[in-house]
Amino acid sequence: MNLRDFLTIFISCVFIYNVILSRFLGLCSFIAISKETKPALAMSGAVMFVITMSSVITWFVYRFLLLPFDLAYLRTISFILVIAAFVQFVEMVIRKVSPHLYRAFGIYLPLITVNCAVLGVAVLNIDMFFINGKAVAGSFYYSLFQGICVGLGYTLAMLLMSGIRERIELCNVPESFKEFPLAFIIASILSLSFMGFNGFKF
Amino acid sequence: MKKLFQEFIKGIIRENPTFVLVLGLCPTLAVSVSVANGLGMGIAATFVLLGSSVIISLVKKFIPDQIRIPCYIVVIATFVTIAELCMKAYSPVLDRALGIYVPLIVVNCIVLGRAEAFACKNSVAASFFDGLGMGVGFTLALMFISLIREFIGAGKIFGHTLINAFEPVAVFGMPSGALLVIGLLLGFFNYLKRRKA
Repeated sequence: MNLRDFLTIFISCVFIYNVILSRFLGLCSFIAISKETKPALAMSGAVMFVITMSSVITWFVYRFLLLPFDLAYLRTISFILVIAAFVQFVEMVIRKVSPHLYRAFGIYLPLITVNCAVLGVAVLNIDMFFINGKAVAGSFYYSLFQGICVGLGYTLAMLLMSGIRERIELCNVPESFKEFPLAFIIASILSLSFMGFNGFKF
Repeated sequence: MKKLFQEFIKGIIRENPTFVLVLGLCPTLAVSVSVANGLGMGIAATFVLLGSSVIISLVKKFIPDQIRIPCYIVVIATFVTIAELCMKAYSPVLDRALGIYVPLIVVNCIVLGRAEAFACKNSVAASFFDGLGMGVGFTLALMFISLIREFIGAGKIFGHTLINAFEPVAVFGMPSGALLVIGLLLGFFNYLKRRKA
C-alpha cells in the first residue's frame, strides 16, 4: 500500500477506465439525466455518495461475512440486497432530516439501486482486491478510494455530457436523431477523446 | 395459443428491448465486441428472464405490494447466480470474457422491467413466453450489434476471417465504437419508424 497505487487507481478510474465512457456502467442514468447541468450534478452527487458507501459496506460484508463462512458464491445476491437496503435507508434519512436535500436528491435515489455502476464497483473491488479468497494488504483503503474515484469519474462524464447537450439543444439536428441517438453519438466522441488517456504509463 | 405466440413474437421486433424500449444497454455495449460474447451474454440473460418471469408470476399473489421490488431482486439474483456458476463451470473462457457483466445482469433494467410490467400481472404461461420473447429479442439485438462491430472492427465473424479486402477499423472494437454503432442504429430505426408513420 503506497501512494503510487492510489495514484494509479485515481487515474485509471477517472480517466482511462471511466465508469461510463469505457466500462458502460450507469449508462441509463447518464443518458436520461444529462440534459441539463443542474440535475446532472445532483445525480452525480447522489451516485458518488452511494458508490462510496456501498464500496465500504460490501467490503465488510464480503470480508467478515461471506469469506469466513465460505459463502462467496452468494456475492451477487447479498451485495444487491445490501445496496438496495442502504439506498432505501438513505432515502428515509434524507427525507426526515433535510427536506431541502430530499427535493434535490430524493427522486434520483431509487434509481440508483438499479444503477449498474454501484453493483459494478462493488464486484470490481472484490475482483481486484481479493486474490484467491484473501484480502490484499490495504484492500479496505483501496476499495474506499476506488469508490470515490469512480464517483469522480461519473461526475466528470456527467458534467461534460450535460454541458454539451445544453448547447446542442439549440442546434438543428435531423429529426430521427433527436434525443437518444444523438446522445449516444456525443458520448461516443467523448469516449474517443478519453481514449487518449490510454497513453498514461506507470 | 395464438395469444401466447403473440407474447413471444412482440419482444423480437415490435417491443425489442434494445432498439425500441432502449433498456439494458450497459451489457449490450460492453460485451458486443465479438459475436460469440454477444451470444453468450444473450443466452445468460434469456435464462434469467425466463426463470424470473416464471417464478415471479407463480408467487405474485404472496408478495405484498410494498416490498415487491426487493422480492423481485432476490428472485432475479438467484437466477443470475445460477447462470454465473454454470458459466464458470462449463465455459470459463466466456466467463472471463464477460467478466463483471454477468453478475450485473441483476441490475439489467430489462429483467426487472418485465417483472414489474408483465410477470406480476399475467399468467405463468404468458409470462414464460413474454420472458422468452424478450430474451430472444435481446439476444438478436446483441448479435446484430456485435456482428457489425466484429466485422468492421476486426474483420471477422465468430472469430473467422471472411474477407481480407480491408484494414479493420479498430475503433469499432473499442468503447467509443460501441456508442457510435448504437447511436447510429437507434437513429436509423427511428428514421424507419417515422417513414412508416
